[in-house]
Amino acid sequence: MEWLICGTVPEECPCRLCRARISEGGRELTLESGEGRTDVSVARGTAALAAAYAIMADILDIPPPLVLLAGDDGGGEGSRQVYRFLHEQGLPTVRGIIFHYFWPDVDWHNRLLLRLETIAPKPLLCADAGFMYAAKMSGYAASYDLFFPDAGELAFLADEKAPHPFYTRGFILSEDNRAPELARRAHTHENAALSMLVKGSTDYIIQSGEVTASVSQPNIPELEAVGGTGDTLAGIACALLCAGLPMGEALTRAALVNRRMGALARPTPAADIASLLAFLPQAA
Amino acid sequence: MTLKDIFLKVLRRAHSDAHGTGVALFEQTGDVIRAEQLLKDAGIPVAVKAPPSHMRKGCDLAIEYRLEQEPFLRGIFDANNLRPLGFFPVTEDLPGPASLFAHKDFGEYMMVRAANMKITIEKVSGRIVNVSGGGCPDVPHLARILVNQTLGEAEPPRKKGQSLCAYALHLAFEEAKRLWNG
Repeated sequence: MEWLICGTVPEECPCRLCRARISEGGRELTLESGEGRTDVSVARGTAALAAAYAIMADILDIPPPLVLLAGDDGGGEGSRQVYRFLHEQGLPTVRGIIFHYFWPDVDWHNRLLLRLETIAPKPLLCADAGFMYAAKMSGYAASYDLFFPDAGELAFLADEKAPHPFYTRGFILSEDNRAPELARRAHTHENAALSMLVKGSTDYIIQSGEVTASVSQPNIPELEAVGGTGDTLAGIACALLCAGLPMGEALTRAALVNRRMGALARPTPAADIASLLAFLPQAA
Repeated sequence: MTLKDIFLKVLRRAHSDAHGTGVALFEQTGDVIRAEQLLKDAGIPVAVKAPPSHMRKGCDLAIEYRLEQEPFLRGIFDANNLRPLGFFPVTEDLPGPASLFAHKDFGEYMMVRAANMKITIEKVSGRIVNVSGGGCPDVPHLARILVNQTLGEAEPPRKKGQSLCAYALHLAFEEAKRLWNG
């Protein structure tokens, strides 16, 4: 079965459905389709997610990911191209989809979700980053199977009044030791996906608002500073789900593999994600 | 007394007599960030807030102002070719930015977090070594620009940022600068 990764990258990238492979040296993602080939940097964001997935795909013997990316420097045009493509051209048959770096646009989100809900069999719907923000803002977070919030984003999901993490109220903002309580609150207000992998010094696996597992070792504090570590975690988890692991097991193993990758790399806070990804095959 | 002094005196009076607030809304968050800077430079006290709940589209910011100051805002926006979608009176408490900063010391490095954004610098040089967090598409774009520049030479993220994540990154950047400068 296939998995589709949708998002944006901060460089020129035509919006088309491609197959992604990691380049030799591991610093670029090669996107290939019948219309041509594009290389994008694996520095952070959706490219880092797709790179982690592509490496795991080799290990798990599943197809490399299908990706739908567009260049977006923040103006939102690339995001709108991807929204439009999915809405107008439809979706390939896939086991799951992850929506990642997008300009959070509630109108486009809702149009797309309506379209997704007509697909049978319905793919696993996963969201992270800007698209997760749009899902929560829309009031349809509970339509999703999986979110990947960090501790601050979990507080945003738990704050029923916050329209963006930027506006999370102070009494809710906290470190991740309140994750179980906040996850329950988000679930109660239907602002959570059915399952969540909450990233932090302890990673929590949440199902239906309750903590079902947690992973806190190996603990590498420097990873919090490294841009892209949350993206690789999401990529690893999606690959494991595509390989057929049950949700709880896939999320627990993903958290463990991502941490092992960090431990093997022995990073300083100045490390980049491509240097960590080099250790992913060993960590998996 | 200069023209500027007279202008500021009128503004201050307007502020002290003020009752009620309004918001100026823009199509692009980047325009809000620019508008806030222009108004602050002109000495007009404004705050960035979320738009009223029935007007939110997604990644939104609005400029909240005292209603009496609306003519000054209009003048400044006109002079700078900024075209707001409109000016609206406000009847509800609007969410403001998360004000909690967090710092983490990594020995040679220091990380500063504002809302959902983190920036990490090398202490000895002030070089930005990492940017993480956030979910809007301008975050990877800004990270590419900022990483490996020093806090002194880097352009503040609000200059090129267009999203709330970029605005949070700007707050983290300014806090890191404040801490680094001692």
